[in-house]
Amino acid sequence: MTGLLRLTALEAHEAMVAGDLDAAEYTAAWREAAAGDELNAYLWRDEGGEESRAIAVERDCVAPIAVKDIFTTEGVPTTAGSRILEGYRPPYTSTAVRKLLEAGAPILGKTNMDEFAMGSSNENSAYGPVLNPWDRERVPGGSSGGSAAVVAGGLAPWSIGTDTGGSIRQPAAFCGIVGLKPTYGAISRYGMIAFASSLDQCGPLTRSVSDAALLFGILQGRDPLDSTSVGLDGGVQLPDRENLAGLRFGVPAELARDAVDAGVREVFERTLTQIESLGGEVVEVSLPSAEHGISAYYVIAPAEASSNLARYDGVRYGMRAGGDGDLIEMYETTRSEGFGPEVKRRIMLGTYALSSGYYEAYYGQAQKVRTRIAEDFRGAFSAVDFVVTPTAPSVAFKLGEKTDDPLSMYLNDFFTVPMSLAGIPAISIPAGLAEPEGGGPQLPVGFQIAAPAFAEQKLLDAAYALEQGIGFDARPPGLGGADG
Amino acid sequence: MVGELSGILEHVDRIGNLDLEGVEPTSHVVALENVLRADEPWQSLPRDVALAPAPEPSEGAFRVPSPQAE
Repeated sequence: MTGLLRLTALEAHEAMVAGDLDAAEYTAAWREAAAGDELNAYLWRDEGGEESRAIAVERDCVAPIAVKDIFTTEGVPTTAGSRILEGYRPPYTSTAVRKLLEAGAPILGKTNMDEFAMGSSNENSAYGPVLNPWDRERVPGGSSGGSAAVVAGGLAPWSIGTDTGGSIRQPAAFCGIVGLKPTYGAISRYGMIAFASSLDQCGPLTRSVSDAALLFGILQGRDPLDSTSVGLDGGVQLPDRENLAGLRFGVPAELARDAVDAGVREVFERTLTQIESLGGEVVEVSLPSAEHGISAYYVIAPAEASSNLARYDGVRYGMRAGGDGDLIEMYETTRSEGFGPEVKRRIMLGTYALSSGYYEAYYGQAQKVRTRIAEDFRGAFSAVDFVVTPTAPSVAFKLGEKTDDPLSMYLNDFFTVPMSLAGIPAISIPAGLAEPEGGGPQLPVGFQIAAPAFAEQKLLDAAYALEQGIGFDARPPGLGGADG
Repeated sequence: MVGELSGILEHVDRIGNLDLEGVEPTSHVVALENVLRADEPWQSLPRDVALAPAPEPSEGAFRVPSPQAE
């Protein structure tokens, strides 16, 4: 990896603005690095072809970026990891991508993902799994697995992804990088292919907290094209907090510590000590309903997905199959051949949960659990500034390890789903390395910090101070350590 | 898939027994009031652009197989 590519996105941006770094040269170096993708992380790369014109940048002064393939981009293939959208070239561009282009960030390419963002390992992509740059026999996490792997694997300086129940934070943790899920409504969802509309949120995946702040500042804001977007008052400043004095960090009493792998637990406990040595206070808080998060989530998210995915019917865009029969036959064949097994599973779960006679028992009940979880967090935040947990109960697991057991895959989202249901922001930062259960080379562990709605600035400031205290600088094998 | 779905539903059923009488359901997490935008014309996609990604555009419309078997 050349010295140019070792710069953080913020360092590169500052050097470009100061005239010390040639933007064209810098972007070209990243395009070359991206072309060496051996992780199946990119589904499409900008190689100067016809599509490039639609995403041309007028003023190239922000580090080039990789974009999860869920963001519609005019003229550029956008598949959401699904066969049903193979070859689809949207006629319009999502607000998030438009903002990146307007800020002067060239698009390196579109990243692989679980089909329609449904998954925690990236194994549900119709285009094959992404490999974890730390250990290619392991998953990068999901659903923004490609966006995490490109940043950790030296194939992009930073990227954007989406998080519905942990899809930014968990892959960031598995790949040893920073991932921020902002407050619901902080960034426009316009042109972001919908999975579960009341939960979906765009956010940055970066090598540092400062990069996350810079990127979040570019993306956030109210958008007339998304009536649920709110934006942040006062914008986003780069974090510069040096300690955690006066801040209280709550550890949920219900945190099932025995459900967490020993190595992850050790890193988590060590990070709590680090918080105290930086002047922060660690106390216990209670989130009694959080343990029902997974159950509520796997009713609400599939219910919304079953409705959102009704649009893929072979009529207006995407794939059509069975067009020689009648209309119903065409719908059935298109959807049978176009969707993968996990998407079908969730459509069935969702339609079942919404069906007459079961609606109250499932969907109604899940929405009430959601209220309780949001109340739990409000209660906790009356006593503490942040709630902290491990991002995931384990380090990256092996490819194929959980594919036969969807429930165990779902349970990997145990610590990230409650924040999504409550709509609050949460960040995962790399906190150390741990040996996986069953042995093997050490892998990154993520530390999750959650804050009240729209308290991103405070969250980023605290995460920055903790990041400096932890001093995590490990890189995947082959990418060189601090001296590489 | 039947076994997998049953396993998931069994897990989900845990919330069925919770006493949530009187709890308001949450459908949207951010307190937003309906805001009406100004009624002004806004750009829309030209017809040919909107039709371009369709599997079978025809005469300015989306062509579909007959709803009735022949």
